[in-house]
Amino acid sequence: MNSLEGLFKPGDWGVVLLAALFTAGLFFHAWTKPAGTSVVVRAQGRIMVRAELGRDAEYEVAGRLGVSRIEVRQGRVRVAADPGPKQICVRQGWLSRAGEAALCLANQVSLEVAGAGKAFDTVSY
Amino acid sequence: MKQREIRLEVTAQDHFIAALAALAVGLTVAESALPTPLPGVKPGLANIVVLLVMLRHGFAAAAWVMSIRVLAASLMLGTFLSPGFWLAVAGAAASMGVLLFSRFAPRRLFGPVSFSISMAFAHISGQLLLAKFWLFSSADIGMLLPPFALAALVFGMTNGLIVAGLIAQGAAPGAQSTHA
Repeated sequence: MNSLEGLFKPGDWGVVLLAALFTAGLFFHAWTKPAGTSVVVRAQGRIMVRAELGRDAEYEVAGRLGVSRIEVRQGRVRVAADPGPKQICVRQGWLSRAGEAALCLANQVSLEVAGAGKAFDTVSY
Repeated sequence: MKQREIRLEVTAQDHFIAALAALAVGLTVAESALPTPLPGVKPGLANIVVLLVMLRHGFAAAAWVMSIRVLAASLMLGTFLSPGFWLAVAGAAASMGVLLFSRFAPRRLFGPVSFSISMAFAHISGQLLLAKFWLFSSADIGMLLPPFALAALVFGMTNGLIVAGLIAQGAAPGAQSTHA
């Protein structure tokens, strides 16, 4: 039996690569959530800001500890500054996909990206 | 009254196509018994035979083998004229369409692996398009695409390597060694 590589012609590698990229693209497309279109910012349970991700802006939201600064830039949103001790929501960085969220627990400020499609996995009451 | 004799001329080519179609039918029936995680994901071993015939004896012979395979296998499996049969027809037609164009690919650059992968992707494309526009028009088949594409990639490449290996070994389709 000849070696496995000997069974490939030069162009075959290209076809394999193309098919693999196409397949990977399909997986990526099926698994990634659609891009978000707007952001909802809550402080202590109440909705403080509803903004489109298309419009660059900065918002200051008063939480329990102090003011959190929310920044919308080029279709993405982040918590730019937060008075909380752990800074988890700040270090999360930019969010852009529908359903992504950043929670600044200590300050009781939350930020959630909403999309055009289904925003909820499930609804019950 | 004189009895008229009706005689069908059977050429060597007919015997040859019948033998290979039988082989392809056998592979199809055999792999239909394999358990699969997702209905429709199959190795497509019969494509090995079809591709081998195509490369050695031209498109027309391959088209005969493919057509007989789809028809005869469906009769043996009891799926003739069922949705599954039409899916098989759509897949077979799409992959033969791709093989028709493969003659334009320079043989120096592209071998059985390319053809087999192209066939496999054409096969699932034909099937999923038919499924989308006829069988399950309301259902979203988008989630089916990735696993089907992965199966086409893996089995297409494997089958292509088998064909390339058989050709490298000098196996002539029609000879018993095709099955080895």
